[in-house]
Amino acid sequence: MAIEVDVMKKVPVREQEPKVRATNFDEVCLGYDQEEAQAEATRCLNCKNARCVAGCPVSINIPAFIAAVKDGEFKKASEIIGESSALPAVCGRVCPQESQCEGQCVRGIKGEAVSIGKLERFVADWARENGVKPVVNAEKKGKKVAVIGSGPSGLTCAGDLAKLGYDVTIFEALHKAGGVLVYGIPEFRLPKDKVVQPEVDNVKALGVKIETDVVIGKGTTIDSLLTEEGFDAVYVGSGAGLPRFMGIPGEQALGVYSANEFLTRNNLMKAYRDDYDTPIARGKKVVVVGGGNVAMDAARTALRLGAEVHVVYRRSEAELPARVEEVHHAKEEGIIFDLLQNPVEILEDENGWVRGIKIIKMELGEPDESGRRRPVEVEGSEYEIECDTVIMSLGTSPNPLISSTTKGLEINRRKCIVADETTGATSKEAVYAGGDAVTGAATVILAMGAGKAAAKGIDEYLSTH
Amino acid sequence: MFKILKAEMLCENICQQIVEAPRIAHSCLPGQFVIVRADETSERIPLTISDYDREKGTVTITLQIIGASSMKIAQYKTGDSFADIVGPLGKPSELCTDPIEEVRKKRVLFVGGGLGTAPVYPQVKWCKENGVEFDVVIGTKCKDTLIMEKEFEDVAGEHYFLTTDDGSYKHKGMVTSVMDELIAEGRHYDLCVAIGPMIMMKFAAKTSLAAGIPTIVSMNPIMVDGTGMCGACRLVVGDEVKFACVDGPEFDASKVDFDSAMKRMALYKTEEGRAYLAAKEGDTHHGGCGHCS
Ligand SMILES: Cc1cc2nc3c(=O)[nH]c(=O)nc-3n(C[C@H](O)[C@H](O)[C@H](O)COP(=O)(O)OP(=O)(O)OC[C@H]3O[C@@H](n4cnc5c(N)ncnc54)[C@H](O)[C@@H]3O)c2cc1C
Ligand SMILES: Cc1cc2nc3c(=O)[nH]c(=O)nc-3n(C[C@H](O)[C@H](O)[C@H](O)COP(=O)(O)OP(=O)(O)OC[C@H]3O[C@@H](n4cnc5c(N)ncnc54)[C@H](O)[C@@H]3O)c2cc1C
Ligand code: SF4
Ligand code: SF4
Ligand code: FES
Repeated sequence: MAIEVDVMKKVPVREQEPKVRATNFDEVCLGYDQEEAQAEATRCLNCKNARCVAGCPVSINIPAFIAAVKDGEFKKASEIIGESSALPAVCGRVCPQESQCEGQCVRGIKGEAVSIGKLERFVADWARENGVKPVVNAEKKGKKVAVIGSGPSGLTCAGDLAKLGYDVTIFEALHKAGGVLVYGIPEFRLPKDKVVQPEVDNVKALGVKIETDVVIGKGTTIDSLLTEEGFDAVYVGSGAGLPRFMGIPGEQALGVYSANEFLTRNNLMKAYRDDYDTPIARGKKVVVVGGGNVAMDAARTALRLGAEVHVVYRRSEAELPARVEEVHHAKEEGIIFDLLQNPVEILEDENGWVRGIKIIKMELGEPDESGRRRPVEVEGSEYEIECDTVIMSLGTSPNPLISSTTKGLEINRRKCIVADETTGATSKEAVYAGGDAVTGAATVILAMGAGKAAAKGIDEYLSTH
Repeated sequence: MFKILKAEMLCENICQQIVEAPRIAHSCLPGQFVIVRADETSERIPLTISDYDREKGTVTITLQIIGASSMKIAQYKTGDSFADIVGPLGKPSELCTDPIEEVRKKRVLFVGGGLGTAPVYPQVKWCKENGVEFDVVIGTKCKDTLIMEKEFEDVAGEHYFLTTDDGSYKHKGMVTSVMDELIAEGRHYDLCVAIGPMIMMKFAAKTSLAAGIPTIVSMNPIMVDGTGMCGACRLVVGDEVKFACVDGPEFDASKVDFDSAMKRMALYKTEEGRAYLAAKEGDTHHGGCGHCS
């Protein structure tokens, strides 16, 4: 049966029922099938001056790949995407499309934008399921590059360098490659075995070696890689993993976690599964503080572990930094949003466990440097929420392990590594950097874009040195 | 995979394993630790490096069976391999990183309690090799729980003081009573390093600090990643929140809030207790680990 397309609206995508998915960790969004994808592809106007492309940080040739989908030429579509992106199955799922490619789509002026992310995901999933593999035939350059961190920026940089013929080794501190894609973003949004692992395997298939369990800056340093271990250049893609706390009373109470700890236990260590040993607190009533993607992931994870969950955020809904789709899904699943509110104290019981949280109401004042209206406290409006778990999701900053152990590596006030935007070059010769380590916590696609740019920068450097 | 070249039980519930880990052995220093993940479904468990051999590329870990995960690791025998071992993590002991001329001016009092005997060892050995003077006080519950006696006799000789809580071997009493005696004898110390159960460190530090001796303790809060990424290991030190895995694990005892640290340690007690009981009926929980205080 042919699908009827309303040109103003996206072809709806199938999802797990909110009630059902709130109790499992399977992927929420089921994605398009061939027929749906081809139907959605007909909505694209194949614009000459495609605005969507300008909205994509890695400039995927969107009209071209969508045209290929329309014609049923999925392999060709995958090759077009592959020219610009190494992790399409990931980006199609987690990019904030509404503010990037889809945010610019002309279809979006009067109706809904073309579902670019879902189409990209369809193509990438099709390619994986049909065994389409990246091909390498570059001549070996005989030079070695070390990549620190196996997140999206490290994987992309390593993949591009391998395609150019370099001998690349990724060093990863954790026992599993993938960075935030494995330890941060939950299974229900980004399946690990089905999507992330094959993307990592693709990078390995290009000849990249991945050495896990190596923390650069402890024992092995950037200097020792360059001198003792014979690497000709280093790319730092170590992310921004250091969690912030609020500094309010009670934060040392039992049952207070950083979102990173909560998500790492659940995703990397698979604490939600009975056959894994790592424990996780299954709270009855959980308060998540913050409003970004990380907060949404922590909240929806706690919900799936059986809790009633409140998200406490100090600004209003319009300022929630999370992807629109995540907020929408969270609401459908029954997460309660306590907006324009901010914690002032965590309350402990006699054994030191969390028993509640004291909250103050906020109102929006004048716009601040970020252009968003600054929240100010409403005097005398404090009240208490009873809860047994508090998850702090206030953002992260780059871990100082590398910067503090590398002589001559310049960092800025926010502890981010200073690097040239177009080449990734840092203040130290032969050392390049990109991704969250340079920008602070940002997005998967920006981290990939930086990895790509640095691969080019490193190639230029090594061609002349 | 990381191969175990030798595994042995040192006493009923403490085992020692020599593991092939060349990258770690190449650069680790006393005071640092590793994280072991025995197999795919295991937790990441932090363990102090209790010896290392740079030439052979091995590190030694010494582990007390107190729960399900430590029991799992203890079941790995000579010839088996761990899925993961990452390190060296944490900061080395300041003794090994401060300028050696300064360190040689100091007399050090080492205090090891129970399992803490093992992590004290590489520091004592390092002092011996680098000409730093010291005394070592080791305390244990009874003769049967004593570990590494020969190793300490070899590196410390007459500077090795052993005490058992019940008097079943050598001196009778807690480590603090031996510390009191040594100090009363007029022995001078410029630094005390105390490692053991949290409750022992709390009281040992009280004793040494009262005698005006700057004191270092090694904290072992709950950890997940060990690289500063999760905040599980946070401690209040002075007025600041510190992450033990990157800022420690050794801290100035006068600034550590032992009570809040002990409280945080209890976090998983109940859930894990059940897992342990399910894994093995019977009582291998001998205490002395700091988790039960
Ligand atoms: C919970 C969560 C949800 C998110 N959701 C989204 C989303 O929906 N959409 C989106 O676009 N972005 C999202 N982000 C942000 C996005 O994941 C990051 O911007 C991106 O992963 C950054 O990539 P990276 O490669 O720079 O660093 P990371 O992914 O952080 O990878 C860095 C890697 O380096 C390793 N490392 C660090 N230090 C060392 C060292 N010293 N030695 C060796 N290895 C080291 C780390 O272990 C890690 O594996 C989310 C982030 C989180 C935490
Ligand atoms: C820096 C450091 C060095 C250490 N060195 C040694 C050593 O050399 N020898 C030794 O025997 N022990 C050492 N420990 C303690 C050891 O890690 C714990 O005994 C072990 O994690 C307990 O696990 P369990 O499941 O057997 O015991 P249980 O007490 O039953 O564990 C209960 C649960 O608590 C959690 N847990 C308890 N303590 C820790 C911890 N410190 N880190 C992570 N999770 C924890 C785990 O999630 C576990 O599931 C060290 C700890 C730290 C932080
Ligand atoms: S990579 Fe992200 S921004 Fe670019 S087209 Fe795909 S979904 Fe859009
Ligand atoms: S802007 Fe929209 S309609 Fe135009 S090419 Fe891009 S996706 Fe197609
Ligand atoms: S163990 Fe995670 S921050 Fe220290």
